[in-house]
Amino acid sequence: MKKALLNVEDLSCGYGKELILHDMDFKVSRGELMCIIGPNGCGKSTLLRSISRILKPHRGKIFLDGENIARMRHKELAQKIAVVSQTPESTVMTVQEYILLGRLPYFRKYQFFETNNDENIVQKYMELTDALKLKETLMSEISEGERQLASIARALTQEPALLLLDEPTSHLDITHQVQILELIKRLNRELGLTVLMVLHDLNLASEFSSRLLLLSNGSIHKIGRPEEVITYKTIEEVYKTVVLVEKNPLSGKPCVFLVTEEEMRKEKTV
Amino acid sequence: MIDRRIRRWVMIIFILTVILICVSVISLCVGAAGISLKRIPHIMWEGRGSGEYSILFDIRLPRIILGFAIGGALSLAGTILQGIFRNPLVEPYTLGISGGASLGVCLNIAFKWYDAVGIIAYPISGFLGAVLVIVFVYSLSMKRGTLKTQGILLTGVMISFISSSLVMLIMALSRSEDLHGIIFWIMGSLDEPNMLLIRMAVIGALAGLVLSYFFCLDLNALALGEEEAIHLGINVEKTKRILFILASILTGLSVSVSGIIGFVGLIIPHLMRMFTGTDHRILFVSSFLAGASFLILCDTLARTVIEPFELPVGVITGIIGGAVFVYALSKKQVTL
Repeated sequence: MKKALLNVEDLSCGYGKELILHDMDFKVSRGELMCIIGPNGCGKSTLLRSISRILKPHRGKIFLDGENIARMRHKELAQKIAVVSQTPESTVMTVQEYILLGRLPYFRKYQFFETNNDENIVQKYMELTDALKLKETLMSEISEGERQLASIARALTQEPALLLLDEPTSHLDITHQVQILELIKRLNRELGLTVLMVLHDLNLASEFSSRLLLLSNGSIHKIGRPEEVITYKTIEEVYKTVVLVEKNPLSGKPCVFLVTEEEMRKEKTV
Repeated sequence: MIDRRIRRWVMIIFILTVILICVSVISLCVGAAGISLKRIPHIMWEGRGSGEYSILFDIRLPRIILGFAIGGALSLAGTILQGIFRNPLVEPYTLGISGGASLGVCLNIAFKWYDAVGIIAYPISGFLGAVLVIVFVYSLSMKRGTLKTQGILLTGVMISFISSSLVMLIMALSRSEDLHGIIFWIMGSLDEPNMLLIRMAVIGALAGLVLSYFFCLDLNALALGEEEAIHLGINVEKTKRILFILASILTGLSVSVSGIIGFVGLIIPHLMRMFTGTDHRILFVSSFLAGASFLILCDTLARTVIEPFELPVGVITGIIGGAVFVYALSKKQVTL
């Protein structure tokens, strides 16, 4: 196994005195694409927020590349971890200006303007994410899917080692969901970018990630490859819902089917 | 693209500077004693002693300089506050700073501190009132080491109400000559005979402008939200604290020198955002210059429309500013 990029040790954290996450221990290897899944309120976003240092842990440590993130300077952390939030702010700035902000962590003290290098990097990632055509449009005037693309492009211009995404597709239709996830997968494969992403949709998570982290009530229920994590048993334990799990005939990844109460009654009588 | 942007910014600064110079020259020429532009070099040549020289350089010029400083400081403070609160309705006076300052001045007038300390008691009591409110609002809004921006707004508005009620109370209890002094001060005026105060205001405003530039990029990132700014490597807490204190000091200084002149800090940042865009690198300096021109213009009107009497400049800023603002709102969508 490759050396771990992210190492979460014995992490407990929450808001105020109330703990949301308890004793989390896991590693994310370099080049991995891991999805965090779990029911509402189980602490998925809280986990991302503590890895991006918005929340200070009550106990435990988080290491990135062997370095404790609590000790890093603000800019240093921003050069290593980039975050794409659920709904990027719709500000009145052009997409290009927005993406250029991703270069801020690399500004020297008292640097006032972006360099040509910054601009080239922005150009490169706008091309890669297909956001180039939006360059001069205002962030407030584009669709949510496009805004999400711009947000990913901005995160990429930070040239991070680890990309965190918090339900990047939750407000999008299926076309844009697949478009965004395909892009993330491509970035993971082609640039070797390590990705840790919260996804709500079990099937999308199963399809796109190499490993899954299933959370339940603030602790790790199961971690492993999709076929290990997504079984009718674990889903029933965590989500308290009866489902059917089959293999997707094309990809071989597990796929979750809903079972309605009516169907269950029918099944019992047969 | 960057070269193009810098060229555009230089252009904006150039235009605003030209406007500022024009407005200042007009202001220098018009007034109860009309002095034509052509005569100005002549008057300067003749030097001290003549009545016209003293009108120009002892009466009108100090007002213009003070207008420059106060207008610039107030709209810079407005730009900073709207940036940190990400709320287009915030202005220096919404945070209760002016309320505190007027309460201070009212107490000064009611208790006749100026008899003991001299005329300087007015600005000092105003400034102390402002500082007291700032400290109060600030400490009430600090929770567990983070400055809660929503909390700060509400606290500020409430403190505004409390202090204006207290001002009313003092006014109800005071004698009529005191009442006149209080009202005159509250309405705001650029008529300030004390050169030391004018110098202080100019230095304070320019120092504020320079200091604000250390945080312009941080404010750009803050436009995306506090968490996003943290993700971009900005020390958000530090930035918010320093900028809040900076804006408060700028406001406190303005209020204590020239009384309450509303609206400048609200409208000018808005208008500039429409014309220059949301990048604080250009927004700070353009707001400063535009605010300076706007206040000088308003003051010129205030002292000329009903010659030889004078209107409070706050009345003019309110009317012109409000009208321009409503017009601009109807023309263009305003957001941060």
